[in-house]
Amino acid sequence: MILKINNQSFEVDVDVATPLLWVIREQAGLTGTKFGCGIGQCGACTVQLDGVPIRSCLTPLQAAADKEVITIEGIANDTELHTIQRVWIEEQVPQCGYCQSGQIMSAHALLANNTSPTDKDIDEAMSGNICRCGTYSRIKTGIKRASEELAAASSINTENNG
Amino acid sequence: MGKWTRRAFITTGVLTGGALVVGIAIRPGNRAGKVRDLIAGEGDTVLNIWLKVNTDNSITVIVPHAEMGQGVHTTLPMMLADEMDADWKNIRMLEAPGNKEYANYAMGKGFIMGPKDIPSMLIGTVDGFFLTATKQISLQMTGGSSSVRFTGMFAMRVAGAAARAVLLEAASEEWNVSTEELMVKNSIISHPPSNRTAPFASFVDKAASLSQPAKPRLKTSEEFTIMGTSPPRFDIPSKVDGTANFGIDVSLPNMKYAAIKASPVFGAKVKPLEASAIRDMPGVHKIVNLEGAIAVIADGYWLAKKAINELPVEFNKSDHDAVGLNDIYDQYLRDMNTAINEGNEEKDVKKGSIKDIFKEATNVIEAEYRVPYLAHATMEPMNCTALVKEDGCEIWVGSQNPLGFANSVAEVLDLDQEKVVVHNQYLGGGFGRRSVPDVAIQAALIAKEVDYPVKLIWSREDDIRQDHYREANISRFKASLNDSGQISAWNNQFVFKHDPEEAPHIPYGVENQFIHYTNSETHVPWGYWRSVDSSMHAFFTESFMDELAFRANKDPYQFRREHLTNAPRFLKVLDLAAEKANWGEALPANWGRGISLHQSFGTIVAQVAEIEIVEDALKVHRVVCVADPGFAFHPDGFTAQMESGIVFGLTAALYGEITIENGAVKQSNFHDYQMVRMHESPKIETHIVTSDNWPGGAGEPSTPGIAPALANAIFNASGIRIRELPVKNHEFKANTRILG
Repeated sequence: MILKINNQSFEVDVDVATPLLWVIREQAGLTGTKFGCGIGQCGACTVQLDGVPIRSCLTPLQAAADKEVITIEGIANDTELHTIQRVWIEEQVPQCGYCQSGQIMSAHALLANNTSPTDKDIDEAMSGNICRCGTYSRIKTGIKRASEELAAASSINTENNG
Repeated sequence: MGKWTRRAFITTGVLTGGALVVGIAIRPGNRAGKVRDLIAGEGDTVLNIWLKVNTDNSITVIVPHAEMGQGVHTTLPMMLADEMDADWKNIRMLEAPGNKEYANYAMGKGFIMGPKDIPSMLIGTVDGFFLTATKQISLQMTGGSSSVRFTGMFAMRVAGAAARAVLLEAASEEWNVSTEELMVKNSIISHPPSNRTAPFASFVDKAASLSQPAKPRLKTSEEFTIMGTSPPRFDIPSKVDGTANFGIDVSLPNMKYAAIKASPVFGAKVKPLEASAIRDMPGVHKIVNLEGAIAVIADGYWLAKKAINELPVEFNKSDHDAVGLNDIYDQYLRDMNTAINEGNEEKDVKKGSIKDIFKEATNVIEAEYRVPYLAHATMEPMNCTALVKEDGCEIWVGSQNPLGFANSVAEVLDLDQEKVVVHNQYLGGGFGRRSVPDVAIQAALIAKEVDYPVKLIWSREDDIRQDHYREANISRFKASLNDSGQISAWNNQFVFKHDPEEAPHIPYGVENQFIHYTNSETHVPWGYWRSVDSSMHAFFTESFMDELAFRANKDPYQFRREHLTNAPRFLKVLDLAAEKANWGEALPANWGRGISLHQSFGTIVAQVAEIEIVEDALKVHRVVCVADPGFAFHPDGFTAQMESGIVFGLTAALYGEITIENGAVKQSNFHDYQMVRMHESPKIETHIVTSDNWPGGAGEPSTPGIAPALANAIFNASGIRIRELPVKNHEFKANTRILG
């Protein structure tokens, strides 16, 4: 079948029951999405399916038919990082870094739906993502800063367009 | 000092293309000779090449440690660049290959001698004995919170200072001026009286021709310009856009994937499967029978995993099939009692005479503590990619010990160690787990059966059940208090002793102490786990201190203070923690504060946890952490490590429990081996105390103190004394105040 990832189409020839995670990593060669637990407990494999954050380790390939998958490799544009990624560097969030693709994809989905999340909103949206290095406080700071910067940028855009 | 048979010195050389390299070499006798293998003279052994001055005046720093999030790929180059007065913007980092020339001499020396005994940081005094010892034990290891403490202090700073000295010497000869008149800033040498300036790179040839060993002078902390600042880490950009390459991300032409099923009971053998068992499985290529496991090679990991799950894998009976955790605890207690009865305890600390004190004592307190086994659960499950050819083997893996991995793989494949090349990748968490070569050995044995590269990936279940565990332990105390409420005798017995040596020792002034242990071997494999023995002893000793404070009818903070009159460094850290945590100020109902103090890996850490008991649940609101590492070379990174260690220790304290049932590990994944998540993570406030002591570690020292701070806070809030971890197994009732 044809799998659409980050605005690219991939012809994949594997069992449609194969979890999306392994298709993304092994067939599409996009290794930013990580294997952590295989049972949807840790969030390392988080990608977005039509904008909704999902655990790709539990999602069969067939569930992605006719849908758009966005991975960590697909949130920046050609010239610059996404605000969340840039803030992640400025706040020096990652340690080992292995869970961060999943953390960023969950944060990205949160901020797409909630432009000014409270601490509680952030806790709820992020509690499915484990970080063994314990970078939680920096992730939270990063999400708040990113939400402020995104809000500021969107108000400038509105003014410019208005 | 021991007898010196060899001397080490700084040496230089020029690579093809004109880069200057600076290294430390060991030689048996005369200094004459030609450059061999980059920088060695004839008869020399190259210890290490630490840096290259490139023709574009950028500097490449070669770091012999793995990056696992602790920031070592940034902090070590900072130490070198600062001593060199190099331009930080033009510093590059290169991880050293897994090679015995990079055997971690500095860490070995640190471990063997301890920082106190180090005679001098100057290289002329480096003793070849330690190099030999280190090479024999094949250390190129990242662990023991040692990178900055030993590699940084011995190798990086010295190499940077030496390079600076050699380049200055070269400039002084080229310009025919005195070195005293020269200045260095941002990789540029200048001579103000004659208004001349030139980059380091222009003196490379001259520097390389200088025959004498450099005699570098190290900076004092007032002279630091880079050390003590917090530049952005080199590894972070690739960790936000998915491009960082972890071991599991390696991709090679024609690579296939392997999954494995290992014996649940450690040490049990597997019944071999016929090659034909996979006949009806398309895309599945081969069964590999290993001693304690069966592996399957397939086109993709999912296919391999599915195949191994479907195959009728069986294991032989073993002597341990009936062993449970309680049997292990019973065995510990039997062995502990026998040791006491027979008087053959392994002695750790013996001061004064506890016997005499206990005979007269009227206020004697006893308590027994327990902790269970713990798995590492690195976020990246164990994996390794291997390609085995007739004349050698290459492996791609994230390793805390690449040289050790090469040795182990060479041994099982019956190859010379030089024939095994380790390509080290980023580590998706280490915590000690990635110093064990088990997965690399399996990958090599699997790949040996085929002529293409194989990536072996363990499932999370394999990872939890085939770990090398922080051991379960029992610690028993007996102490007495005198009439003024001071500890007069301290008797402590536990099982096993590994590292760090000081883990069970107390900083408190107690005249009569007997600290001793007993070995009690089990079939459960042991491994280094973040902060190692300190991960349990801080809980044991600091909880017991709290019990003693209570029995002395004293405030736990004041009680500790009274026992620290001869330990000003500890006292300062403790006092600051109490101050920052508002110790003594009233808390709302059902809240509690607990304090702890523990030194490990050269860093003293005091923590105050602030908790609330809500119905029968627990909320950890805030942790104040005060740490004295001597000097924090990258304060932001140090702070991040304190936070990290606390969350790691909190996970263990609240949830961490590996139980053994029928000889095997019961837990299997994050649903039953729970991790602290964002909503459970407390606010952590870290304060760094700078002292003039030899630098302490960062990666481990905050892990030990959170469990006792938490347990003591629970006692403060509820009167319930936690003597066995994890906390999740206890029921709380707010204000029950079961005192004593």
